[in-house]
Amino acid sequence: MSKRIEDLTVTENHRLAEGFFVVKVSSSAGLPEILPGQFVQVLVTESPSTFLRRPISVHDVDYLSNTISLLIQVAGAGTERLSRLRNGETINLIYPLGNAFTLPVLGDKVLLAGGGCGMAPLLFLGRKIKESGIEPQFALGFRNRSRILEHEQFRDLGTVHLATEDGSEGHRGFITDIPAFRESKWDRVYCCGPEPMMKAVAALCLERDIFCEVSLENLMACGMGICLCCIVPTTSGNLCSCTDGPVFNIRDLKWQTSE
Amino acid sequence: MADLRIKIGSLELRNPVMLASGTCGYGAELEDLIDLTKLGAIVVKGTTLEPREGNPYPRMAETASGMLNAVGLQNKGIGYFEKHIYPKLAEYDTHVIVNVNGNTVEDYIELARRIDRLTAIPAIELNISCPNVKQGGMIFGTNPTSAREVIAAVRQAYSKTLIVKLSPNVTDITEFARISEEEGAEAVSLVNTLLGMAVDPKTMKPVLSTVTGGLSGPAIKPVALRMVWQAARAVKIPVIGMGGIMNGDDALEFIMAGATAVQIGTATFIEPRTALNAIISIDSLLAERNFDSVANIIGIINRI
Repeated sequence: MSKRIEDLTVTENHRLAEGFFVVKVSSSAGLPEILPGQFVQVLVTESPSTFLRRPISVHDVDYLSNTISLLIQVAGAGTERLSRLRNGETINLIYPLGNAFTLPVLGDKVLLAGGGCGMAPLLFLGRKIKESGIEPQFALGFRNRSRILEHEQFRDLGTVHLATEDGSEGHRGFITDIPAFRESKWDRVYCCGPEPMMKAVAALCLERDIFCEVSLENLMACGMGICLCCIVPTTSGNLCSCTDGPVFNIRDLKWQTSE
Repeated sequence: MADLRIKIGSLELRNPVMLASGTCGYGAELEDLIDLTKLGAIVVKGTTLEPREGNPYPRMAETASGMLNAVGLQNKGIGYFEKHIYPKLAEYDTHVIVNVNGNTVEDYIELARRIDRLTAIPAIELNISCPNVKQGGMIFGTNPTSAREVIAAVRQAYSKTLIVKLSPNVTDITEFARISEEEGAEAVSLVNTLLGMAVDPKTMKPVLSTVTGGLSGPAIKPVALRMVWQAARAVKIPVIGMGGIMNGDDALEFIMAGATAVQIGTATFIEPRTALNAIISIDSLLAERNFDSVANIIGIINRI
């Protein structure tokens, strides 16, 4: 699949919660095909301490308006600058980058599990899965009630199970503590979130022999498979999370058990 | 249009702008975004005899106006290169230069011999300056005796254009440029990355798995420029300048300081079109100032 470098126009910047934003950008050239799980490399301007582009996963795509949604968590100066993007500003993207989630087959029972900013790729994935005729379910985890991100759009696609670590909303604990997660027989689980969450989900899926893909968020410089900085140890050696990933089947990963 | 052609030994390039090794993969990764045939050359990823997995993650740290890397020459080895990568490179209508790395002098000789047989590769860049490997690399490039030994040996083994990539992690860059010239190199390229490090105060640990890594980007440009100027005054062979070039003006600075050609490195990660834009900038400057050829401005600061 070919990638492009293009200036897109910001059409919306919507604050979801403290430190979380959804920025919509529109392509005047018309969007190329973008797959769920793929990401964009955003050039950050007017932020002198930001040297490299910022990899941001595609949250949603609307081909009617040629618009991509990006869910951004403020983590430093670069993402802070992106959180202040105004309507009409242009931002330069290299996109679409990376591989994609493997879509389920008709009849599969599918769970999309995530938390925090890791929810980002699950909306677009859920939309594609819904379009294919399967109703996905979601398991979303947050620290507490005040950290819950707006997820109406997820509810439009399928049932949403919530977990908070303190039990202030939904089930108490992690997403792997949600009864629906533990009790149902899933054919496929897709996960994106903090590393401990993904490892817990992966462990549960391995134990129950469930197909599971995770989307990793490694430090990247180029995003195009050139710098070899974002490597992931796999059963086939060190692979780039930008081009061989960011989506990996958990069976191919050699996850460190330490830390 | 001014004459942008330059010569590196017997190798003629259509213009003086190349993509630096380790920052352009094997070219294919950038094909969607830039027209490789417009470049002077591409210097493809550092290649070793055996496949290498490189260093553990994390390998990268963003720094003020630059980045540290500790990749450690991850590559699939010369055998894979010959079989799977070279056939594609041979079809490119641009000069492809291979960056070569060894643990020992014998490794370098063997690599040079094998790449000498690849007819579509007109030159090698002898990397004696990688800061991220435990053996070889910078150990050769920071000791005059071993630098001389490896350059002389590779010169014997390699019949085409030999470029030696120098390390900035030395007291006197001119010493290594002179050794390269004396031992028969057609050009020197400099600078490779500067040895640096970063600490994460939150985790109280080094950011890179290897503790130290190579610093690149505009943070090193003034240092690189100074070394290119010194080297160009010390030797008659062409100097290929690099280190933090982000735009056409930066490229012109290196050329005016004495570089016959330049390489664009880290900038490609951020703006893949940097090299193409630099070619346009060089051409425009020559036209504006009524120069016929880029050769007229190489080292011009020493003449004005």
